[in-house]
Amino acid sequence: MDYHYPDARGHFGPYGGVYVAETLVPALEALAQAYEEAKRDASFRAEFEDELKHYVGRPSPIYHAKRWSETLGGAQIYLKREDLNHTGAHKINNCIGQALLARRMGKPRVIAETGAGQHGVATATVAARYGMRCVVYMGEEDVRRQAANVYRMKLLGAEVVPVSSGSRTLKDALNEAMRDWVTNVHDTFYILGTVAGPHPYPEMVRDFQSVIGKECLWQMPELIGRQPDYVIACVGGGSNAIGIFYPYLEHESVRLIGVEAAGEGIETGRHAATLVAGRPGVLHGNRTYLLQDEDGQIRETHSISAGLDYPGVGPEHALLKDLGRAEYVAVTDEEALAAFHALCRYEGIIPALESSHALAYAAKLAPSLPRETVLLVNLSGRGDKDMHTVAERSGIRW
Amino acid sequence: MNRIDCTFARLREQGRKALIPFVTAGFPSVETTQALLPALVRAGADLIELGIPFSDPMADGPTIQGASERALAQGMTLAQVLDLVRDFRRMDADTPVVLMGYANPIEAMGEERFVEAARDAGVDGVLTVDYPPQEAESFAARLHEAGLHPIFLLAPTSKPERADEVARLGGGYVYYVSLTGVTGAGSLDVAEVLARIPALRERTGLPIAVGFGIRDAHTAAEIGAAADAVVIGSRLLEAIEGAAHADEACRRAEEFLRPIRRALDEGVAP
Repeated sequence: MDYHYPDARGHFGPYGGVYVAETLVPALEALAQAYEEAKRDASFRAEFEDELKHYVGRPSPIYHAKRWSETLGGAQIYLKREDLNHTGAHKINNCIGQALLARRMGKPRVIAETGAGQHGVATATVAARYGMRCVVYMGEEDVRRQAANVYRMKLLGAEVVPVSSGSRTLKDALNEAMRDWVTNVHDTFYILGTVAGPHPYPEMVRDFQSVIGKECLWQMPELIGRQPDYVIACVGGGSNAIGIFYPYLEHESVRLIGVEAAGEGIETGRHAATLVAGRPGVLHGNRTYLLQDEDGQIRETHSISAGLDYPGVGPEHALLKDLGRAEYVAVTDEEALAAFHALCRYEGIIPALESSHALAYAAKLAPSLPRETVLLVNLSGRGDKDMHTVAERSGIRW
Repeated sequence: MNRIDCTFARLREQGRKALIPFVTAGFPSVETTQALLPALVRAGADLIELGIPFSDPMADGPTIQGASERALAQGMTLAQVLDLVRDFRRMDADTPVVLMGYANPIEAMGEERFVEAARDAGVDGVLTVDYPPQEAESFAARLHEAGLHPIFLLAPTSKPERADEVARLGGGYVYYVSLTGVTGAGSLDVAEVLARIPALRERTGLPIAVGFGIRDAHTAAEIGAAADAVVIGSRLLEAIEGAAHADEACRRAEEFLRPIRRALDEGVAP
């Protein structure tokens, strides 16, 4: 397919763009320019790849979940093991890229927003690695849900700032990080964790995360002699999904499925399924699908997984939905939990609750498909951080 | 002729500077805002910026965020904001009203419907914080067509060409953000603001209003020496916060604004 997005001004068709207050425009222009120069610089790319290999531990393997596939009795499920990366999730890929760019731009201080804490931990990690000061904004509600990750960030030398405005979750942390950036733009680099936000973030984060899909493109033929029939990933902001989808866009026989959080059920209104149940609008610097009320106020979302608990979604996913190149579905908290437990029991892998949404959809799909069909699921992170949440849901004191 | 243009023309003739208070519509209640608008004029306001509450006010500091949250908790909607302007227009045919807010509530109403409704209610200009010029061509054209001014922000970090864009697309006045930060922050550098204004004037003939971080009469007068208008928002909202009823909020707003009006008219001692 003929696909060249974003355009020079950061638009993915009708989506994306730079919808920010003027105070941020110069910073974003400088960032876009620095990124353009860096990506053409062979030494920048070489250092990025070297860090991914020796610090992150890439390439991450692809694993055939045979026992689980047998039990489901249909298609074969393969897992892209981003959970095996240093810090336990795909988030580190992007953080390495942006931290190298921050260093190139001479910014000694980095800030980040975080939901589940994975991006915060990854940012704190690279800040320690490159000797930068680090401040992470995290919604108060998430600080409570993800206490272990908060402590990890502090161990790594980061300052964690709880955000008490709005719904006290990821979207509010993002607002607060933007406010910090606009105030301290002279010495601060904002390491945004997902493919949302104003241009150039959606493009830049996609490019850094595309390493996931690029590896799959050569790993799958090695394993099964061909590409998979389906690629399945969970979507909150959508960075792990874009990372694995993007290199597959031109492989048109491969179906791409993004799985959002249906929370307690779409019909209850307590969910975070932006592409499934939202409509386009403007938030956090870009035009995209949003969960909003009829007056255009952003709605509070719900998901058992803090990393999917976000009322927007990356603008490129909005475009892929409209183009029909990717399909977007949603699974509930219950379905995600069932997949979480299944993977623990059948494969000895504890997945993140975010990734469990992608697993849950694969588990729904597999039984209806022939045994020759191959589903590649992006196992975007590991579930150690979710022990508390899962135990609480199961009524276990821990 | 648009009321904003009339107001700045009149002030220029009189050799005076415009005082522009900002209040969030529906904070702390709809009734209070209704009473406040004429009270602001009594206290010396030349133009009023009325904030459309939004759930995610990314460019605002804690005061205006809090005011937005309170207003939304009262059930404030964009349609009700327009009703407030309509009511005010029945009492006051001259004082310009500029709506200030974020894109999403406007888009949810529909740009075309919003512009029509705003014109009919008696709005004179619209400042959409997260529509920088490059994303606002069509919206600006629609506002101009309806006789309303699209008002744009410029910041200390803006490149000079940005001022050309604002001059090309905007109307009414240029809102110069006096610091790199959010509304209500406390680190305004007066000397730097004053130094920037002559360069701006070379690129635009529009009046220049300065806001974000002006907290008292003295600073207002210092800024007023070079700018055409000063905007005061967060400090005013802080002054009326906690007022027991609308009358008290009006009294506090008037007490807060009068010395600023006086200082602007008298200027600073050299």
